[in-house]
Amino acid sequence: MRITCPLCGERDRREFTYRGAALDAPAADDGAEAWHSHVHLRQNPAGPLEEWWHHQQGCGSWIRVRRDTVSHVMLASALAKPEDADGGSA
Amino acid sequence: MSAVSTQQVNRLSGGLVDRGQPLSFRFDGQSYQGCSGDTLASALMANGVRLMGRSFKYHRPRGLLSAGSEEPNALVELRTGGRQEPNTRATVAELYDGLDARSQNRWPSLERDMMAINDRFANFLTAGFYYKTFMWPKAFWEKLYEPIIRKAAGLGRLTGDADPDAYDKGFLHCDLLVVGAGPAGLAAALTAGRAGARVILADEDFLLGGRLLSEAQPLADIAGADWAGQVQAELAVMGNVRILPRTTVFGAYDHGIYGAVERNADHVAAPDAGKPRQTLWRIYSKRAIIATGAIERPIAFENNDRPGIMLAGAVRSFANRWAATPASSVVIFANNDDAHQTARDLQAKGVDVPAVVDVRPDAPEIPGIELLAGAQIVETAGRLGLRSVTVRMANGKTRIIPCGALAMSGGWNPNLGLTCHQRGRPVWDGDLHAFVPGQDLPVGQHVAGAAMGAMSTDAALRSGAEQAGEALADLGFTVPAPELPKAEDAPVSLTPFWHVQGAKRAWLDFQNDVTVKDVKLAHQENFTAVEHLKRYTTLGMATDQGKTSNVGALAVMAELTGKSIPQTGTTIFRPPYTPVAMGALAGRAVGKDFHPTRLTPSHAWAEEQGAVFVEVGNWLRAQWFPKPGETHWRQSVDREVQQTRRSVGICDVTTLGKIDVQGADAAAFLNMMYANGFAKLPVGKVRYGLMLREDGVAYDDGTAARLAEDHFVVTTTTANAVLVYRNMEFVRQCLCPDMDVQLISTTEAWAQYAVAGPNARKLLQKIVDPEFDISNDAFPFMACGEITVCGGCRARLFRISFSGELAYEIAVPTRYGDALMREMMAAGEAFDVTPYGTEALGVMRIEKGHAAGNELNGTTTALNLGLGRMVSGKKDCIGNVLSRREGMNTDDALRLVGLKPVTPAQSLPAGGHLMAASGPVDAAHDQGYVTSAAYSPTLGTAIGLGFVKGGAERLGEQLRLVNPLEKQEMLVEIVSAHFVDPEGEKLRA
Repeated sequence: MRITCPLCGERDRREFTYRGAALDAPAADDGAEAWHSHVHLRQNPAGPLEEWWHHQQGCGSWIRVRRDTVSHVMLASALAKPEDADGGSA
Repeated sequence: MSAVSTQQVNRLSGGLVDRGQPLSFRFDGQSYQGCSGDTLASALMANGVRLMGRSFKYHRPRGLLSAGSEEPNALVELRTGGRQEPNTRATVAELYDGLDARSQNRWPSLERDMMAINDRFANFLTAGFYYKTFMWPKAFWEKLYEPIIRKAAGLGRLTGDADPDAYDKGFLHCDLLVVGAGPAGLAAALTAGRAGARVILADEDFLLGGRLLSEAQPLADIAGADWAGQVQAELAVMGNVRILPRTTVFGAYDHGIYGAVERNADHVAAPDAGKPRQTLWRIYSKRAIIATGAIERPIAFENNDRPGIMLAGAVRSFANRWAATPASSVVIFANNDDAHQTARDLQAKGVDVPAVVDVRPDAPEIPGIELLAGAQIVETAGRLGLRSVTVRMANGKTRIIPCGALAMSGGWNPNLGLTCHQRGRPVWDGDLHAFVPGQDLPVGQHVAGAAMGAMSTDAALRSGAEQAGEALADLGFTVPAPELPKAEDAPVSLTPFWHVQGAKRAWLDFQNDVTVKDVKLAHQENFTAVEHLKRYTTLGMATDQGKTSNVGALAVMAELTGKSIPQTGTTIFRPPYTPVAMGALAGRAVGKDFHPTRLTPSHAWAEEQGAVFVEVGNWLRAQWFPKPGETHWRQSVDREVQQTRRSVGICDVTTLGKIDVQGADAAAFLNMMYANGFAKLPVGKVRYGLMLREDGVAYDDGTAARLAEDHFVVTTTTANAVLVYRNMEFVRQCLCPDMDVQLISTTEAWAQYAVAGPNARKLLQKIVDPEFDISNDAFPFMACGEITVCGGCRARLFRISFSGELAYEIAVPTRYGDALMREMMAAGEAFDVTPYGTEALGVMRIEKGHAAGNELNGTTTALNLGLGRMVSGKKDCIGNVLSRREGMNTDDALRLVGLKPVTPAQSLPAGGHLMAASGPVDAAHDQGYVTSAAYSPTLGTAIGLGFVKGGAERLGEQLRLVNPLEKQEMLVEIVSAHFVDPEGEKLRA
């Protein structure tokens, strides 16, 4: 597979580490049920999925990738923290 | 057996072999001569050898079926010693001088094979035999049936010796990958090369040209092989084209990536020094053209597997390209016009063709050759090689024709392998009577030539150029159409014919010994779905993936079920197209190079001390330092512990993960990462930190030292260094993107040493530059600071203790690690300093009751670890919410405790479970388990750490420690985990 890193361009997936679906975490006061659901009850969609990839062997960016889990087509990718692209702190 | 046979009795005139370069080789101990340009198969054929192997199941005598990589029969063992290689197809083994080859799957010899008895029991060994027979009794499978079957079946043998050769891996990028260098592939590469695209042209053969090398018919006024040579010469000088002969593209993967194996040195006795035997290429293509040609299919008739019965196109290849014939007289059996060309070519080469048997009543005449139209072959004779065929004539009469070989053809199947690797499903072409590629090809893939059903040479040339034009136009290239020679353009003329009715033992899958009868049995037992048929009969499941057999078997099943072939289904292909050596997949990652070895800066010093090393992840760490006279590791470890606790010891802790955290929000960030708080940690202080996972379970621990308001240095465990850093980056970038904080891993930037023991400060005072006051008042427990040592060398000092002693960790830039170690050892001589390894480190942390990896084992919580109060209720952190779940916070939750054997001499088995002193021993009565155990030289007894339900309240209670695997049982007492210095007086001294 090839993954597009917004900083480095299209790279081999062996440079990346997979984390899983990119989900919005519940707030701290949302309670155990919401957190249990967030951590343990994941969807496994056949089709487009937002997910986190870490360009560990490259620039070190965490990237939000939209990938079709059936065809492996990479639909979009964006930096988790776009400020890093400027090479400086926020 | 050792007589030299120099008689190439079946060598013809012409061909692409160089008679001026004779090559000697051996097959089953017999010496032969071949020519440069031969394969093992063609050389054996030229020497009159027809018998080359035994079949997998029935051990039937077998010869060549094909001339290419689809070969199911002629599997041989090549070379000897460490280079011995089983199951290579003789048809693709390029001949070299001195090649030593042997037949397989026979004993004691190829001519007399004891296991051929299987053939006599064929009635019992039909499809499903193993499933039905060896199911009962169950215990017999492993001990009796399987070993016998394994011995009897199977193909070549593996050498027991290590492979002496190197295998490489490489990456290639191109605009257009062309797989196959036949007419279509060459036309495609030429078109794309001239357009300026970056092209890779790969072919499994050692000569480019594909089918052009096998056909006598010229392209316009030039021989096919010569045209291929011209194109190759033009491509070779283009800087944008890379030609990879001897390279099999074996798999089509995601995003236009193809796997390929280049056989750099399989055609010589041994690779040149320093060169690889094979190279595994990962080819990144924007577009690819699959021009892999077509594979001829056999016809199933009685005893159609005798040595000498071959595919007609293969016979033509051997005659035209390799100037070899399987016999001096060859009968043809076919259902199509193409096979007639074999008859004409053989006759032109002076081979006797007694008859062409064509199932079609209206088959066209062939001048000068007897045509038996509407006839079929119903039987053959010749145990170790064909002697004659029996023909049932159109009028019903039979006729026996003596012959040494039979060239058969049931038509051609496009070679679909690479089009199916992304689950692409072929579709049936009613005109060609064959499956062709469907629309669901892998991304960026085009198919050209016979592989897409363009069967004539002319159509193949044109489709290659067209597909290249289309593919490159997509990429924005301007592609002029090349001028191509005019070639034969005969339409496919074929009447479908799959098997001769009434045949009992008519082979479909030659490699796995599947006959028409087996397919009938599968149908009878209702295994009619194609995937069931395949598994029930093992059809197509041999090393050739059924390249010559799948469609024929499907046709038989279609006939039995009364459905059409496309209704019956098709099987698709998986990578690899042909077998790939494990060595090529491993590449250089073998032996010690399987993973990198990480050495600490003072590794050389530790080696000089005779340290025994242990692998910790990729690191090598000193485990203990044996002294002269110490014969058992315990002696060394006990001494290291005692010397450290009595005076001072030094341990290399460089391998701990180190992460530099800087920024205005550094403290807030650590508050998020760790369960406990860091906001109020003063500059110049260190704090222990515990990280949780999102689900609230303890994840990792370490220390965070605050060097400035906006600057922390945190440590992680050795094992989790990479994971914790990745996770911290995830939190920084994804969860807290608004924080002003930056991270960098500095694990390899600093060498770090623990200096522990009552004399630790005295030792360090000799190292640390005098302007830095490290007295207890100025630099108390949990202090940290940036200092200089040895007259100005930058260093960091942390007053932290894993051993429970007065202890420091001192860090210097990596390049000074070795020097610092030597300086400290010299400075410590006056105090009888000892280096200590990971074992002593472990003993001392157990004596002190510090949790480590054994306790932070992925199932334990802060509460279990006795650190429940560390989880701050005042702030948010990773895992905070779920760590408060009711079920994880019950009164009888597991708690970390110390354990001592009631009988002092006994040692504690780590991993043992704890039960009540009396009562049942089972999971339902489990009270906890032992995580760490050691002999404590300080206490003179075995000690352990473990988790016990409600353990904090049960000090003094006795439990049974059980280890049913080793049949061990002993009484232990629950004690405080802090065996040594429970009040912490030593470390504050």
